[in-house]
Amino acid sequence: MLEKNKLYNIWVYLQAEPLFWLTLTIGAYLVGDYLYKKSRLNPLVNPVAISILLVSSILILTDISYERYFNGAKFIHFMLGPATVALAIPIYKQIDLIKKESGSIFISLILGSLFAIFSTYYFAKLMNLDLEIIYSMMPRSVTAPIAMGISDLIGGVPSLTAIITILTGIVGASFGTFALDVLRVKDMTARGFAFGLASHGIGTARAMSRNETAGIFAALALGLSGIATSILIPLLFKLINF
Amino acid sequence: MLKSIFIIFLFQLIGESVQKYFEITIPGPVIGLILLLTTFLCVRGSKNIFIKKTKEEISSTSTYITGYLSLLFVPIGVGVVMHLSYLEKNYIEVLGVIFFSTIFTIGFTALLMEKINIYLKKNARKK
Repeated sequence: MLEKNKLYNIWVYLQAEPLFWLTLTIGAYLVGDYLYKKSRLNPLVNPVAISILLVSSILILTDISYERYFNGAKFIHFMLGPATVALAIPIYKQIDLIKKESGSIFISLILGSLFAIFSTYYFAKLMNLDLEIIYSMMPRSVTAPIAMGISDLIGGVPSLTAIITILTGIVGASFGTFALDVLRVKDMTARGFAFGLASHGIGTARAMSRNETAGIFAALALGLSGIATSILIPLLFKLINF
Repeated sequence: MLKSIFIIFLFQLIGESVQKYFEITIPGPVIGLILLLTTFLCVRGSKNIFIKKTKEEISSTSTYITGYLSLLFVPIGVGVVMHLSYLEKNYIEVLGVIFFSTIFTIGFTALLMEKINIYLKKNARKK
């Protein structure tokens, strides 16, 4: 009985400290990544989705609040900023190829971003969703901090946008490959660009794990579509009465 | 390693400051990305040994960080699962919109870009 009490005390101590949650997050990711590689990079075995499910089930089982978990895991979350800055280097390395394709990049960027915005709007209308939810969904294809900013601007709910944006990333990373295989798109620059444009960082991570060129064009689209969408959506709201 | 981490952090810091100062919707890290890329392009042909070494160092550090890009989405992703109740009764509709719109956007964008690339290559050959 005494032993059990001691173990419980250790747990009480550990769950209040970042170390435990950091170790758990990295451990869960290693499991996800192992399974992803074991499946020969099968897109449905998405390492992000697996690690998220592992960590959340542990939180639910142990009745730990998300706030407590995030307090520890925020050090990993913090690295998202520097990692975004670091994406400048792969883009820099391929700058000649990017310059060569600048025409198609520009057209695909504008039309692709518009397609993402309008298809979301009309599908959501078709589903009879509330206007507040529709506004929260419209910027969902760009990286979460940009999407949340736009959502706030147009009358959406930023926290709802964050959830929808992350789900978009996971859907794109898991099912995008099938869509492109069905359409028989072979051009790696186009495949990568579409991933980054439609499913931001999580799609970019998937593209990077598959093919270097695709990864670089995904990173490029991630940055460019973020900029384009934050200009396009406020502009569209001035022109059209959504 | 430390020097390159310092530079990457510094560019994010500048990016965040620029974003706050001009009140733009583009997040600080993306502005940092643009600034770092511009800096790299500016010193592209430089033969200065210090600049070359620093560039190599930043390059290997960023390859390392971006290699673990997926991991960095786990903490916020767990938040999504824990807060799914925000979607209330609209689960299926919202998921349906996300699913179809995302797949169609990926297909449309990739197909469009591939076709434009093929068209441009043909035109370049004719000239």
